[in-house]
Amino acid sequence: MKNILLLVLLLPAFALAASTGARLDPSPHDTRDVVSLQSGARTYVNYCLGCHGLQYMRYSSLTDIGLTEAQVKDYLLFTAEKVGEAIKAPLDAKAGKTWFGVNPPDLSVIARVRGPDWLYTYLRTFYRDPKTVTGWNNAVYPNVAMPHALWTLQGERGMDPKTHKLTEISKGVQSVTEYDTTVRDLVNFLVYASEPAATSRKSIGIVVLFVLGVLFIFAYLLKREFWRDVK
Amino acid sequence: MASRLMALWDWFDSRMPSVAEEWRKHAAEYYAPKNFNFWYYFGSLALLVLVIQIVSGIFLTMHYKPDASLAFGSVEYIMRDVPGGWLIRYIHSTGASAFFLVVYLHMFRAMLYGSYREPRELVWIFGVLIYLTLMGEAFFGYLLPWGQMSYWGAQVIVNLFGTVPFIGPDLALWIRGDYVVSDATLNRFFALHVIAFPLVLLGLVVAHILALHDVGSNNPDGVEIKKLKGPDGKPLDGIPFHPYYTVKDLMGAVVFLAIFCIVMFFMPEMGGYFLEHNNFVPADPLKTPEHIAPVWYFTPYYSILRAVPPLFNSQFPGVLAMGIATMILFFLPWLDRSPVKSIRYRGPLYKGWLAAFVVVFLILGYLGTKNTNVWGQFPDPWDILDTKDVATWVARACTLVYFLFFILMPWYTAKDRVLAVPERVTV
Repeated sequence: MKNILLLVLLLPAFALAASTGARLDPSPHDTRDVVSLQSGARTYVNYCLGCHGLQYMRYSSLTDIGLTEAQVKDYLLFTAEKVGEAIKAPLDAKAGKTWFGVNPPDLSVIARVRGPDWLYTYLRTFYRDPKTVTGWNNAVYPNVAMPHALWTLQGERGMDPKTHKLTEISKGVQSVTEYDTTVRDLVNFLVYASEPAATSRKSIGIVVLFVLGVLFIFAYLLKREFWRDVK
Repeated sequence: MASRLMALWDWFDSRMPSVAEEWRKHAAEYYAPKNFNFWYYFGSLALLVLVIQIVSGIFLTMHYKPDASLAFGSVEYIMRDVPGGWLIRYIHSTGASAFFLVVYLHMFRAMLYGSYREPRELVWIFGVLIYLTLMGEAFFGYLLPWGQMSYWGAQVIVNLFGTVPFIGPDLALWIRGDYVVSDATLNRFFALHVIAFPLVLLGLVVAHILALHDVGSNNPDGVEIKKLKGPDGKPLDGIPFHPYYTVKDLMGAVVFLAIFCIVMFFMPEMGGYFLEHNNFVPADPLKTPEHIAPVWYFTPYYSILRAVPPLFNSQFPGVLAMGIATMILFFLPWLDRSPVKSIRYRGPLYKGWLAAFVVVFLILGYLGTKNTNVWGQFPDPWDILDTKDVATWVARACTLVYFLFFILMPWYTAKDRVLAVPERVTV
């Protein structure tokens, strides 16, 4: 009896433990780090927004990561007129389809689809491949339609066909560590953008659990008091 | 002032069924066995989750748009721009999974203690109807976020109806209202999810509770407490539901809500089991996902569906097996021939079969979330009945055990060694 109960209660744990995936680098993101979020937002607006919108987010919501409306207007507002507008890509869907074969997807919730580790690995494993249309390929997303948008920062790398290791072809503006930080900040921003409520969700959760804990003490004492006379 | 209020109360009470009378009948003087254990929390918890789902659902409908071009965006709008919207949405999505968890445990309790046996057959039948209605409710609701899993999950399930001989294709077309899952489908599923099925569900819940209170609750000993009454006409082993079980269930509700909140506030996706990763991709009728899996609470039946090999190129045998697997629950009260109700006094045969049933149900549930090649393949000569996948064969064995549990029940319950049932409940 007790064993059956234990099994039933532990089932989700077994199921979760069994899920596996490709080998990905753990993402060092931290959505409480607003400086990193701001840096990620800047990279996003400068390098990604040309094609990929964040249409479910508004420019004004960037004030939640410590920016003022004036700062958003001066440094980040390229694709809209007012800060209340959605962060949309200027690229027309039809043109995107013609250029890349697929319309570049909106990235509002991409971190919830792919997970931060995948994004962190993906953005760091582009390599030169003459066989593809764009001249770029990716280690975790083979034959991806997207060219390496951050290549001026990272530089070019190639894939050794024997060892399957990435080797440097040319240097970029940033060193390896600098580039890793840029990608970390960008992934951090995407994780934040996919669920802006996540941070407050957790802090509210702690308060709610505390209240329920106190309520349990009273509920337990009430039950004990009433059940005293049941024999 | 107080007498004025009392007069007003009397005015109402004499013009409708007496509230005080109903309160006495269903709470203050409803005598429940005093030996309810852990398993008896899940009935009241199911009711609590029902209320949570209805209330959070009402708020979601205020902001959600049942339109194929707006649905996905409106959910993200709820998550970002509606004040407290993320909370309402997570309450509802966590509540859906919690509902099934609680209902499964509640049903398992009935199987442990023979709560479906005479005179509670009708309580059980209403319960199974609630379970089936809940499955429909969850299925319709899952289409509404209009993500890839919503879309393709609905496509797969509706196509199952298309496998029914002769009427299948027309039936599927009638359900969808279109040749593929589309805006028309979304609109009708919305109507069914927010009003039709909740109404049926509420009616069935009332019937379930009325039937229960008419015959009285079973208990972990399977003893009928109404057989032994004191000089005051009250069952010796019974205690009034209120206040004893209202305070006890209140305590249970607080613990349940704490677990609920841990999931909702800290892991609302539950690792992709409560909210699937692929469902954050907007529905795309032109792009079939590589891996389509229903949400966890349907996966045991999905496994049964996949396990049954097709006949004459038709998937109908699998669909039939899945249908029978749920319908067979209705017959449980008449399949069980044991002279005792509770597992406490049953012999090793029933205990073994019940344990096997639980194990295969869990394995089927797990396999339903995975691709059929999750456990690899047998070497070549094993390609019998269409598949070499190890997992499919395991699912086939489990499906067999699932059905044998019910089919052989009249035999093994009658033959089983049983212990003497005491006169009174044991505490």
